[in-house]
Amino acid sequence: MKPNFIDFVFDLFSHLRKNNIKLIYEGEISHDIIKAFTALTENDLKERNESNPTLKKVFNIMVESLQNISKHADCIDERISKNGRGILLVSETDDCYNITTGNVIKNDAAVRIKKDIDAINELSKNELRELFKKKLSSGRLSEKGGAGLGFIDIRRKSNNKLDYNFQKIDNNKVFYILNTVIEKL
Amino acid sequence: MSVINIEHTETTPKVIFNKEKGVFIIEGKTLPENVNQFYEPLFDWLNNYVNNPNDETILEIKLEYINTASSKAIFSVFLKLEKIIENGGKAKIKWYYADDDEDMKDVGEEYADVIKVPFEHIEFESED
Repeated sequence: MKPNFIDFVFDLFSHLRKNNIKLIYEGEISHDIIKAFTALTENDLKERNESNPTLKKVFNIMVESLQNISKHADCIDERISKNGRGILLVSETDDCYNITTGNVIKNDAAVRIKKDIDAINELSKNELRELFKKKLSSGRLSEKGGAGLGFIDIRRKSNNKLDYNFQKIDNNKVFYILNTVIEKL
Repeated sequence: MSVINIEHTETTPKVIFNKEKGVFIIEGKTLPENVNQFYEPLFDWLNNYVNNPNDETILEIKLEYINTASSKAIFSVFLKLEKIIENGGKAKIKWYYADDDEDMKDVGEEYADVIKVPFEHIEFESED
């Protein structure tokens, strides 16, 4: 092994330990991957005797965040795969779980996402409920099966504002990070 | 009329639509890879059923997980029952939720607000 590589692996390990990362993944976000990681996390939380409500919230938010990537992320090469590619991190602190996803998107998508999340973050519990009902009962599913409800649902289930960031990759694309905090119940 | 009887999987619910026995159930997890693909056959079946429904249709919904894409599909299922009522028939939705699942309780109440079908909200004891 090259010394650089050894340093990299050890650094990675130390960082993961320090930040209490329970799960990390980079790659294609396929339906099978979503199934595997949600099941894995669900079992892990069960073994740690987390309450049912916490378990369900973590599961739900993982599904919504990952399905978001699988439907909307820019593919590296559409000839190879239709699935979006991204990263997933599940981390834990004393009183909460963090679900973090990251994926590459085009600039115009970033503008749309920022607008959507900013608007949703400002809404009260009741306003979120009304917006959810309105979206539920109007419009059809998009071709990709998105319902435009994902962010509202994540915001409501987590009881926290959505935390996002965009890191510039080049003139057309950004790396989009979404972090959701779920307090343990 | 044909019977729909689908076993549940990790990401799709158990579904029974049986006109003759008057049994209509959707139960389990619904977060399919392709929502339209899973629900289209159910809509087709219901479209036929709505033209010639039983005297009363009671649909039992007992969900553990529902993703947002599925929540739209379930809404469309409920619209079929609304249609039965519009046509002068009788229909009801029994919405089951675990006593520790506040979120699923809320979902049921939100559906009841936007669907013109009587809802019965039924709490059951969580297994864990």
